[in-house]
Amino acid sequence: MPFVTPKSQQPAYDVIVVGSGAAGGQTAYTLCMEGARVLMLEAGRRYTPETETPMFQTPDLAPLGGDGTPQKPFGFYDATVDGGWQVPGEPYMRTTEDHAGRFDWWRARMLGGRTNHWGRISLRNGPYDFKPRSRDGLGFDWPINYEDVAPYYDKVELLIGVYGSNEGLENTPSSPPGCLLPPPKPIVSDYLIAQRAKRLGIPAIPGHRAVLTRALDSQSNPRRLHPGNAKAQKILAAEMRSRAPCLWATPCGRGCSIRANYQSTTVHLPPALATGNLDITTDAMVYEVTLGPDGHATGVNFVDRTTGKHEHASARVVVLAASACESARILLNSRSTHFPDGLANSSGKVGRYLMDTVGSDVTGQVPLLESLPALNEDAADGHQLYTPWWLYREQLAGKLGFARGYHIEFGGGKRMPGPGTGAGLEWLTGGNYGAKFKQDVRRYYGSFVYFSGRGEMIPNENSYCEIDPSVKDKFGIPVLRFHWQWSEHERRQAAHMQRTFGEIIEAMGGKPQKIETDGARAIAPGGLIIHEVGGAIMGADPRTSVTNQWCQTWDVANLFVTDGAVFPSNADKNPTLTIMAIAWRAADHILERMRRKEL
Amino acid sequence: MDRRTTLKWMLAASAAWPAWRAVAGQAAPGAALLRPPAAPGYGPDPDLVTPHKRGEFWPLTLSAAQRQLAAVLSDLIIPADEHSPSASAVGVVDFIDEWVSAPYPTQQRDRPIVLDGFAWLDAEGARREGKGFAQLDAATQGAICDSVCDTARATPERRAAASFFALYRDLTAAAFYSSPAGRKDLGYIGNVPLTSFDGAPPELLKKLNLL
Repeated sequence: MPFVTPKSQQPAYDVIVVGSGAAGGQTAYTLCMEGARVLMLEAGRRYTPETETPMFQTPDLAPLGGDGTPQKPFGFYDATVDGGWQVPGEPYMRTTEDHAGRFDWWRARMLGGRTNHWGRISLRNGPYDFKPRSRDGLGFDWPINYEDVAPYYDKVELLIGVYGSNEGLENTPSSPPGCLLPPPKPIVSDYLIAQRAKRLGIPAIPGHRAVLTRALDSQSNPRRLHPGNAKAQKILAAEMRSRAPCLWATPCGRGCSIRANYQSTTVHLPPALATGNLDITTDAMVYEVTLGPDGHATGVNFVDRTTGKHEHASARVVVLAASACESARILLNSRSTHFPDGLANSSGKVGRYLMDTVGSDVTGQVPLLESLPALNEDAADGHQLYTPWWLYREQLAGKLGFARGYHIEFGGGKRMPGPGTGAGLEWLTGGNYGAKFKQDVRRYYGSFVYFSGRGEMIPNENSYCEIDPSVKDKFGIPVLRFHWQWSEHERRQAAHMQRTFGEIIEAMGGKPQKIETDGARAIAPGGLIIHEVGGAIMGADPRTSVTNQWCQTWDVANLFVTDGAVFPSNADKNPTLTIMAIAWRAADHILERMRRKEL
Repeated sequence: MDRRTTLKWMLAASAAWPAWRAVAGQAAPGAALLRPPAAPGYGPDPDLVTPHKRGEFWPLTLSAAQRQLAAVLSDLIIPADEHSPSASAVGVVDFIDEWVSAPYPTQQRDRPIVLDGFAWLDAEGARREGKGFAQLDAATQGAICDSVCDTARATPERRAAASFFALYRDLTAAAFYSSPAGRKDLGYIGNVPLTSFDGAPPELLKKLNLL
């Protein structure tokens, strides 16, 4: 019985995995496919994308036209369940509400976590991204390099399905043959942006997203992923055949009932469950890792949200994959006389070096795109093309005034009209109404372009989380308090984004709505890009890091952290693909150590 | 594009839909962090698949007279033309009633702006012609709208009324272009399953000098 209650759990498992998102899903998948018996604990409810996804529902069928509210901040149809910037009864604290120092924390309480709604952008870190300190003297190097992780990027791409192309640009790795699916064709605004950006020396190449532009190769991929494991190959082949390719409609943020994009719930968990090796308990709010007298982890304590009872589960190995901050919270709350500052925290680094992505956006209006004929531009839901960081040489030579790069996510087109389509046009229409207003909405519809910079933040001593001394959530679990600070590197980078986007829009003959040249104002507050990583960073030295290169905590041999908490740097590349690659690598290591009876 | 951009596209295909709408629900300041959301609303886990009706999650609260005024004003902003019906014909009044009746912070901030704006329109009608706004002739209604339709040109004493008009125009447009008639008006032909996506038509790209 794959979905189990605390009562029907087995007395002991090989591995407990806390969390069911990208990290937990990947960890459990790898372990189960290779024969380990795993208990997955998810704080949220069970979630079934096949029946719960609003695929073609239109804004008129939703309250408030589907516009965001505190209960559904990314809109009514966003996949997130019981989450958002606030989770009822589960507060978090911060030291300031100011733009410059605040941190917002997006959580979901559902099976599959935030993978159900994420943007699916799946970029590999490049060689520089694992050794940033060696390159510019700032932040931390990873204890591994690109070559260590590359085979796992290959595996993840083969498993989940990622479209893209190999362009051979600097620090923008290519994938081996057969790993990537073909990229979607660009829409009109993509061509225009690419043409005009090129005139400024800015490249635009096919994006990489975890969306099936065609069916996965269910013959070859399972053999490449699980050599010599006939059972795993058979299960995976069947799962791959049951995923339909993209039908070129409906926003990915709603999730996908035909399983055309990656969600843990549609890609990682079904094959893992099919092995018979995975038990999942939902509504299980883990708050503590338990320790035996020998200093080894014995399991975890959790609150069953359906009964309110405190429960315990046991295993040989405990893996935290609850999201960077939640995993740090569990470690910090696992206090005992031996570990008064939290578990695996002899370095004092648990909760430290939180990073998000530097984000800054500009909108432009482009006359060349006005009044075009009717076109279906739903495409792959955007990111047909993107711009990787292109100024490595200038940056290394110190010409930019900030140390790390950013990529550009851009888009446009005749998207499904909604509450925003005819709103806020006063800057263009001069406030008209009536028949002229209707004509203007027609004229401007589809003529807007959107640029989002997504850049690397350098870890610093003033961005961290800790346990609040007094506040507890509704379960009685002490909550996190966040501290946040950007450096001049990030602020200058955000200002550079704004200037660059303005130049591109002007090169298109368009008009930027607003360019913010003050970096402090241009930068989105911490956490808002929802790429938070760090808090239990990996390293080569137990005095300055929480885990080793295998995501194994230095202090407790059978305790691992496989989510974004272990990132010692946060490249401009969106973190999810790397989270999965690192988790797969860690799971392989756990399997090997278990086979050798070392765990 | 990431999910924030997706969101922005979904909710703000135009640019100036205020940023605070796109990040609705960020943690409220200070002690509010410790409190659950005050009003029930549709909750954090609503049924997304079943179509919802206006008034299903919270009662509509506008009076008959306010709804009548809402319809008149909406139709001044989006009248019928050869492409599509008027705003009131596609349910815009219900949308606006749902909006100003909703328990969420954005909507509760908008509610007094809309209700005060309605009252101002009636007072202005009474001042000019001794009638409520809905009972005025079209020329007088138009003259009143002309005096407040552009926040940049509004006189200081009309600034509040102009802010109301800008908000009301946004809400009317939000409702109208969310409707099937609004989608048709704009020639939107997506949201249908396709077996393949062919990208931009080559002849159009050639015409735009993009090939």
